[in-house]
Amino acid sequence: MNFARRFASSLVAIVAALAVAIGLMLLVDAPPFEALKLLVEGSVGSDVKIADTFMAWAPLVLTSTGLIVTFAAGLWNIGVEGQVMAGAIAASWVARTVDGPVWLLIVLTMLAGMIGGALWALLAGVLKVYGRVNEIFGGLGLTFVAQALITYLVIGPWKRPGVASTSGTEPFPEHAWLPTLPGLRISLVAVGVALVAVIIIYFMLRGTRFGLRLKAVGKNSRSAYLLGIPTTRYMLAAFAIGGALAGLAGTIQATGFLHRLVPAVSGGYGYLGILVALLANSSTIWVPPVSFFFAMISVGSTQLQLRLNLDSSLGGVLQGVLVLFTLLAQGWQSRRIAREAAEASAAPPVKLVES
Amino acid sequence: MEAALATILAAAAPLVFAVIGETITEKAGVINLSLDGSIMLSAMAGFATAFVTGNLWLGFIVAALVGMAVALLIAFASISLKLNQVAVGFVLFALTRDLSSFLGNPYVHQRLAGVPHLPIPILENIPFLGPIFFQQDLVVYGSLVLIFVAYWFIFRTRPGLKLRAVGERPEAAHARGIPVNRLRYLYTAIGGALVGLGGAAFSLDMKLGWSYQHTLNFGWIALAIVIFGGWHPYRAALGAYLFGALQIIALKLQPIFPGLSQVLPSMPFPIMILTLVIIYTDWLKRLADRFPSLREFLASEPPSGSGVPFEPE
Amino acid sequence: MSLELRDIRKRFGPVQANDGVSLTVEAGELHGLLGENGAGKSTLMKILSGFYTADSGEIVLDGRTLDIRGPGDAIEAGIGMLHQDPLVFLPFTALDSFIAGSPGGFVIDRRQARKEMMELAERFGFDLDPNAPAREFTIGARQQLEIIRLLWLGARVLILDEPTTGISATQRERLFETLKQLASEGMSVIFVSHKLEEVEELCSRVTVLRQGRVTGERELPCPADELVELMFGKSVVIQTKEPVELGKPVLEVQHATLEDELVTVRDLSLSVREGEVVGLAGLEGSGQRALLRAAAGLLKPRSGTIRIDGRTPRTYHEFLDVGVHYLPAGRLEEGLLQGMTITEHFVLADESTPFFVDWDEAEQQAAEEIRAHFIKGRPDSNAEELSGGNQQRLLLAMLPDHLRLLLMQHPTRGLDIESAAWVWEQLLARRHDGTAIMFASSDLDELLMYSDRIAVFFSGEVIDILDARTATVEQLGYLIGGVRAAS
Repeated sequence: MNFARRFASSLVAIVAALAVAIGLMLLVDAPPFEALKLLVEGSVGSDVKIADTFMAWAPLVLTSTGLIVTFAAGLWNIGVEGQVMAGAIAASWVARTVDGPVWLLIVLTMLAGMIGGALWALLAGVLKVYGRVNEIFGGLGLTFVAQALITYLVIGPWKRPGVASTSGTEPFPEHAWLPTLPGLRISLVAVGVALVAVIIIYFMLRGTRFGLRLKAVGKNSRSAYLLGIPTTRYMLAAFAIGGALAGLAGTIQATGFLHRLVPAVSGGYGYLGILVALLANSSTIWVPPVSFFFAMISVGSTQLQLRLNLDSSLGGVLQGVLVLFTLLAQGWQSRRIAREAAEASAAPPVKLVES
Repeated sequence: MEAALATILAAAAPLVFAVIGETITEKAGVINLSLDGSIMLSAMAGFATAFVTGNLWLGFIVAALVGMAVALLIAFASISLKLNQVAVGFVLFALTRDLSSFLGNPYVHQRLAGVPHLPIPILENIPFLGPIFFQQDLVVYGSLVLIFVAYWFIFRTRPGLKLRAVGERPEAAHARGIPVNRLRYLYTAIGGALVGLGGAAFSLDMKLGWSYQHTLNFGWIALAIVIFGGWHPYRAALGAYLFGALQIIALKLQPIFPGLSQVLPSMPFPIMILTLVIIYTDWLKRLADRFPSLREFLASEPPSGSGVPFEPE
Repeated sequence: MSLELRDIRKRFGPVQANDGVSLTVEAGELHGLLGENGAGKSTLMKILSGFYTADSGEIVLDGRTLDIRGPGDAIEAGIGMLHQDPLVFLPFTALDSFIAGSPGGFVIDRRQARKEMMELAERFGFDLDPNAPAREFTIGARQQLEIIRLLWLGARVLILDEPTTGISATQRERLFETLKQLASEGMSVIFVSHKLEEVEELCSRVTVLRQGRVTGERELPCPADELVELMFGKSVVIQTKEPVELGKPVLEVQHATLEDELVTVRDLSLSVREGEVVGLAGLEGSGQRALLRAAAGLLKPRSGTIRIDGRTPRTYHEFLDVGVHYLPAGRLEEGLLQGMTITEHFVLADESTPFFVDWDEAEQQAAEEIRAHFIKGRPDSNAEELSGGNQQRLLLAMLPDHLRLLLMQHPTRGLDIESAAWVWEQLLARRHDGTAIMFASSDLDELLMYSDRIAVFFSGEVIDILDARTATVEQLGYLIGGVRAAS
């Protein structure tokens, strides 16, 4: 019953989202079905495309998984975008300075990225826990700081010799690149790391005492505290984990995809991750498929630009509408259930004996 | 000096609209987190309308309607469906941002004559004040008038008192016979319309034209300024002007520190948001205790009912 | 003018808050509405003032049936209510709080309103600064502000819900004078209280509610024991509590000064011994909660010491470690976790759970606990799906096996008799293990039946400690109202 209802609401949301997308395309005189076909072909139509989609999938999975952890602890980590950037900065620093074999660089850049992202998230966490600054605004502020820091590095200390432009640093030395499959842009290391992260977080939230206590803090921090859970420590831990995974996403963007530090290094995967996490509705297991779907839309929609001269942001619109309608459908259903329950209880009690 | 002040006044005008709009919405107890996207979408809609119809004012109207529509969606989701305001607001931010890029694509770099200058005769000749206040255009005059009207409405009129009541303590408002949720809908819509006007003020006036993510980050900064402004129209306007000043200072400093030329313009964003940390310490409260007449201005608590759904039973 | 409520019914989920309540109040009458906590007084009055809508029933004013759909209709009909926590707007100036919701022109004429406010305040001798924020007002002053506001709006029926909670003795005196004055001017006043002696002092007639029904109506004065019986019913259950040898002191509170949002408790000394049950009686907010929280390590005493088995733990976690446990009153608010299953609750509560949880085993254990504690629910039921009684059973089942000190607020509030008896059976069994128990309750029968000693709180002070074997309901009722000489 419950499952059927949820399934029905998801279906309604998907159909509505498609209808909106089709309507929008008709509005700008674009052939909707060809566009949808392009969207699919452009993302999974060939080996190259599939590889590209997976390269978008990996960082998206990482940010979304991290967000599932912070959401579980009841925290709106909207600063995730900045944590991706902080991770990318830290990884870039290692990639630029450390010399060594490829495997060592992979380990070191990823470690650095995780530490960078975690520290950035902890800043927002400390501001919240000790400074009473809402994590939404603290996180946004820190995102701007991270963005400014990248711009500063790119045109300042890390500028390309002779040129000071915002187009990015010099490419990293090749031993610092994540190795890719021949002829493709996909790095199995990146995909593997994302999968491992999902699995670890899935078991952490589902199967460990730590994960259970984290969820308890998110559900009701007062009850959790009275049960003897050190709530602030758990909140900070959630920030650190979410930030570390976001930092890992930044690392993959920098060393596996762009091979340099650029101002747009985050690729918007932080913000997109929030949408994925909302759609996955706090369930880790849904993150990989939803992320894949979103990555398909993101990668495929670039084809719309090339072939139909449609703006690629249609992909973003589709993603946004899908999440919006899913939320609305859920809200609509819980309202109906609440109304039914209210009506049931408002009915006068059955009296067996009239006095 | 006059020139700089006049520039600040003009540059901050769109933000003033957005900030006052969001202040009204939040005072009624709803948080519209979609601002960064809804400003962008209404800026684009306003520009497109003006471009297609050739009617600038129609552009403003459409922008206001777009802002209002987004706000009403948030009101519906949070008041009627009791969904989380942050979640819905964020999703709408992302959606409207991308929608603006998609629908605005044909209008990128199109040209259009913006809002004309309209010096006010006689007043414009007042030394010092004239060049600052009276040699502007209708949007700037509108923003100035809005600050005072908003203040007057919120603090001096009966509907304004109801507005504050609904956001501050909904159950007490309900007990006084004030229709809490109906007013929340109303003021969310009005606030959204003002946010939309702010968007049009960008694309049809201060940042004339349309480009990809034309008003990027101004929505976030507006949200920060609302908090900085302590939910008071004067202080919120002051925040918008301070931000304008910071931007212009950053611009002036560019030739002196060319290395930092790319970084400085974005610095006011974090500065503004991180000021919030300091705002929340008690020095403001202590200042208010010393000068009771300034209390209204210095109060910096959010409306207690903000973000909390209200159900009478 | 006369007001009549006919057969009012109101249900909240599973709770029938008002079950066919009828009530008549004449003009110029000071009518008391008496009943213990949870009897349905507030619900009834919120229905009369339009804050809630009744499921069924009629409200008749001067022979005319009112159609009250919201507070606005009630105000228009001349019915005004002073809520227990006065509904003023804390950051607003008193004047703005006074004006909010009043009819009038678009622009507020503050000068005129201030004049009228000051006139009303003066008439009753209230000293209210219209320009000060309402948050700087004491509870008593906030009440005064609300009373003159309601009069200003033209109230002819004035409802006061537990107005003496949290106000000073002088403010109380002033309030009573005001109410008498209003009644003499023809106003109908409904005075809601669970304090017997206040109703006796003030009112001319009283209606007593118990569990959502009217148990009686009396002209005052009338013998107190009669009213007590109407309020609490006859104590019919005579539980035989197995005696237990009391051991050494577990909790020792010495000269403690405790301060929470509601009350300051000064110089409190009390000890509870192994196997002993100490009940805390008193009106809500008289200091019982502060003591419980302090003994649990959740409230730091301003001065004085709190010892557990001779030790002085500092943080809440150190209290937990020495075997102290606190069960708060709000089971879903601060006890259980909404959206989490029974199994998950048991795993969270179990200190010995390994890092990796074996869910199959956990579920089996949960099923066993569910059987052992007669919880109506499955291992995968969420906490909020359980009834109040089953929530309390779950909370008890989650307690560690061996405890030194168990602290509880309203352990059986909202439970049916059977569940309540079962809960106490479980609690009393712990005494054999040397556990000391301290609990606060507003149910006098419960206090008398299960305690060894009862400490009675009155506005932040323990005014008496009774031996539960010899104390009576009546004696306790008087003490709770602050009347020492009653015994």
